Amino acid sequence: MTQPMTPALQIDGLNVYFGAPHESFHAVKNASFTVEKGASFGLVGESGSGKSTILKALTGLAPQWEGTMRVAGQQLGAKRDRRFYRSVQMVFQDPYASLHPRQSVDQVLSETLYLHGASNIDDRVNRLLEDVGLGSAFRFRYPHQLSGGQRQRVAIARALAPEPEILLLDEPTSALDVSVQAEILNLLSDLRAEHHLTYVMVSHDLAVVAHMCDQAAVMQNGEIVEILSIDAMRNGDARSDYTRQLLAASANRVA
Amino acid sequence: MSQDTGTLRDWLLSETPTSRRQARWAAAYKGWLTLRANHMAMAGLAIIVLLVALALFAPWIAPHDPFVQDLGNRLQPLGSEGHILGTDSLGRDILSRLIWGARITLYIVALVALIAPIAGLLVGTVSGYAGGWVDVILMRITDIFLAFPRLVLALAFVAALGAGIENAVLAISLTAWPPYARMARAETLTIRSSDYISAIRLQGAGPLRIIVKHIWPLCISSLIVRVTLDMAGIILAAAGLGFLGLGAQPPSPEWGAMISEGRRFILDHWWVATMPGLAIFTVSLAFNLLGDGLRDVLDPKDSPQ
Repeated sequence: MTQPMTPALQIDGLNVYFGAPHESFHAVKNASFTVEKGASFGLVGESGSGKSTILKALTGLAPQWEGTMRVAGQQLGAKRDRRFYRSVQMVFQDPYASLHPRQSVDQVLSETLYLHGASNIDDRVNRLLEDVGLGSAFRFRYPHQLSGGQRQRVAIARALAPEPEILLLDEPTSALDVSVQAEILNLLSDLRAEHHLTYVMVSHDLAVVAHMCDQAAVMQNGEIVEILSIDAMRNGDARSDYTRQLLAASANRVA
Repeated sequence: MSQDTGTLRDWLLSETPTSRRQARWAAAYKGWLTLRANHMAMAGLAIIVLLVALALFAPWIAPHDPFVQDLGNRLQPLGSEGHILGTDSLGRDILSRLIWGARITLYIVALVALIAPIAGLLVGTVSGYAGGWVDVILMRITDIFLAFPRLVLALAFVAALGAGIENAVLAISLTAWPPYARMARAETLTIRSSDYISAIRLQGAGPLRIIVKHIWPLCISSLIVRVTLDMAGIILAAAGLGFLGLGAQPPSPEWGAMISEGRRFILDHWWVATMPGLAIFTVSLAFNLLGDGLRDVLDPKDSPQ
């Protein structure tokens, strides 16, 4: 253990199951990968390949898992404590489902800040809204008064509120239309540079992963088929057939 | 801000509220506008407001004392002198008794509407959110209460506790909460697995906070609608208990008890039973109309836009 820096995230032999014990579904099979501090790691694969499930297991939303998961060297147990949630946060796929329909932006952000024991909540709410490019005019709006992109910005602000080190992005742009997708991706890139964040990004869109990440794991049927750098992906240096297929299918978009 | 130049209406309908208070008032005002557009709901609301006014100002509005008997003037028909709605078998003015009876009806409705939905909401959301054994136990208790016919169970309670308004309220509440619990549980099950609950869990919120601050606000709107729709049933149950002599006791001018008294003369003096019956019908209808309108306003599933 003489490494100069402990990796931000280390996952080793992770298995995740869904459903009752005797008829459970093996959603993630023996997944292992490491994400260095400050890196941006992509998880790609078709729907149902188990990529989002890894994020769920990590955040404690999928309780039936085995294997080891380490965040900044700390091994995770069955329960997550508040310290974990202060260092790892998640942005959900569908901004139309991830905001409480009866709570204004202000309520969402203030409660998050309150739960993490923040002081001067008022100022921080305004600052968070500035950070995600919304501004304080949006502070007292309800989700139904916001567009999809604006909602996703609020969801990102909520995830940034506890000042996490690792941000898990579960297909953050797949529910948005193309022009808004680019805005959100640029915002995420800027935020990563600004707040020195580590990203784990799930996507089925290779172009998005190629734009955002340095390294990606390709998943199929719950298994990680291969882990490759984005440069290798661009050059088409894939070892497994599945990855080659995937690359061929979106060839004109990755480069 | 531009409050001096703009009107209150502009302030309320602003797309960019500037304070928590404004955002909340704006949401309420928009709901009111939706409700106002529904004429039937407004008619229901008007009747209920009138009922509340009658109950509040009963001593000044009622032309006669509801308890004073005048045996020389008994069973006077509609429109007789000094008694627009006639008199009952003891010569008491029916209109005055109806007006005073509004107090009892409102009292029963308000108490049941406080007890039953809150108990149901508690049981349902806890059961739905906790799951597992808690869910099984709470839902089987609910099943037991649901399996009894409502009036029969209420009768049993009143028989055990003694006749009277308070016990009637208690009995009706005890039989009224299970449907609310069922509904709250069903809603909680869908809300529980939604992303915004996952999101607040990822902020480290405990189950109590999630249930009270995130699940209740979404259940309450449909519960309010259900309560107003059930009000008619509650009034009828209270009237039924009164009719059977197990609710309000004579000489109390409770509407159900008045029908029960009038029953003896129903062939020769129909108005004695019909007038309180019409009152029950009108108020039940009003609550139903209002409930229907409130559903359009409060249902979070089709929020405006």
